[in-house]
Amino acid sequence: MAFVTWFKRNVVVVAGLLTLAYLLLPNVVVTVFSFNRPKGRFNYEWQQFSTDAWRDPCGVSGLCESLGLSLQLAFWATLGATLLGTMIAFALVRYRFRARGAVNSLIFLPMAMPEVVMAASLLTLFLNMGAELGFWTILIAHIMFCLSFVVVAVKARVMSMDPRLEQAAQDLYAGPAQTFLRVTLPIAAPGIAAGALLAFALSFDDFIITNFTAGSTVTFPMFVWGSAQRGTPVQINVIGTAMFVVAVLLVLVSMAVGNRRRRQKA
Amino acid sequence: MATLTEAPPPLAPPAPGAKPPRRRGRWTPYLLLLPGLLWLVVFFALPVIYQASTSVQTGSLEEGYKVTWHFATYWDALSEYWPQFVRSVVYAASATVLCLLLGYPLAYLIAFRAGRWRNLIMILVIAPFFTSFLIRTLAWKTILADGGPVVGALDALHVLDVTAFLGWTADDRVLATPLAVVCGLTYNFLPFMILPLYTSLERIDPRLHEAANDLYAKPSTTFRRVTFPLSMPGVVSGTLLTFIPASGDYINADLLGSTDTRMVGNVIQSQFLRILDYPTAAALSFILMAAILAVVTVYIRKSGTEDLV
Repeated sequence: MAFVTWFKRNVVVVAGLLTLAYLLLPNVVVTVFSFNRPKGRFNYEWQQFSTDAWRDPCGVSGLCESLGLSLQLAFWATLGATLLGTMIAFALVRYRFRARGAVNSLIFLPMAMPEVVMAASLLTLFLNMGAELGFWTILIAHIMFCLSFVVVAVKARVMSMDPRLEQAAQDLYAGPAQTFLRVTLPIAAPGIAAGALLAFALSFDDFIITNFTAGSTVTFPMFVWGSAQRGTPVQINVIGTAMFVVAVLLVLVSMAVGNRRRRQKA
Repeated sequence: MATLTEAPPPLAPPAPGAKPPRRRGRWTPYLLLLPGLLWLVVFFALPVIYQASTSVQTGSLEEGYKVTWHFATYWDALSEYWPQFVRSVVYAASATVLCLLLGYPLAYLIAFRAGRWRNLIMILVIAPFFTSFLIRTLAWKTILADGGPVVGALDALHVLDVTAFLGWTADDRVLATPLAVVCGLTYNFLPFMILPLYTSLERIDPRLHEAANDLYAKPSTTFRRVTFPLSMPGVVSGTLLTFIPASGDYINADLLGSTDTRMVGNVIQSQFLRILDYPTAAALSFILMAAILAVVTVYIRKSGTEDLV
């Protein structure tokens, strides 16, 4: 009886934790199978424990080259999208201008459209222009679809900013440039950082749009896709696991630093 | 997404009626907007128009294409590929409903019951993003493998008999069936449901729950009359963020499904990249776009939340 009461009270917690398990199960599988020594070309069945792949993560031809290319693309796409997106966000929040509705829908639509539609239409344009598919066409596409997400992230932050802080700066004889650099930008920075992080993650992990605009260029997701057809090397799991561990560690460290700073301030 | 893990304390809201500071230069907003909007016009809006024109062209790859207003392409594409269209809608809708059913308890848990575990659970929800989603989708091949523990358990519990009867699985296997594809879609888009749900649940004042309790509402009544209605903005944006990408997805159907589970995304992809029948591919993609836009518009109107952006 006691159990029934407990269960009734905590049914949400149990269901929520089950969902969390569902979300994390594939990551566990990816990690475990990074220590596998598969028999055939595919790494789907557990055979034998081995650290071979961890000792030689670049042992598959083309894998680390594709990883480098993806990082490079993500870096430039983040830079471009963050710059353009931040400018749009400031214009949207701070200024009045004509055709605001049209501007808003132009920013909203790329997020409200299945990727395959954007990818297919972009490829139509590139083919019509006779553009050579490769690094540059991928970069153009990535900046395009990351842009809107940056705008949303930065806009949220700039909107919650108190305009009186800038007025105060101006009252204290700060010029427009000084006000922007010393007051506005530092306050908007977390929003810009969030937008940049999101853009990096979106670009690095993008498959559908890259699949259409890459030609014969191979990014990391393209490599994984190809390997699903030809045979999955264990090294893919190694890189997936390493990325996961590094990212979680970075988040934990940044949280710890933030907590300490808050405590020092108090 | 980092804003959700480590939200900075909100600044004091501007005083009512406070106007943004006046800046010099009437052209500043246009100069700020110009580069970004130009990018979107040239690489987003223009391609859509290009595609519309491609869809009414006829010709061949060797001789080139000409606009002939050949609308029959649309009819042919629809009559040949309507099963894939229907399948896309059904799979995406099932995945969306599953995401809502699975995601709501977790979002609720993080918002109201997690206490000091809140940040940790939040990180765990976002963490899978750090591993390429293709690798994670491939992991489902292992999890749902024939004769594996999951399939064995489902078989022993006679769940597979039920799903086979419903046509979701076949021959005592889960891989290469609709169930596997929907499972993959649900998995891949679940965080996009959880994050907006959490954002709208977190805004609810816990005192409202206490008030409902004081007024003799049962927990279920409180949920039905107070919590759920207040979380509607999250439900609306969560379902859209799940349904839209799921309806155009071809990765899950390709990696976890079979030729019988092909969705419209698979058709567009193969028409464009393998068969090179550009007019048909463009027409299919245009129909998908129009359908999604119609669904989104009606849905937003009906649910009455227009502040999604």
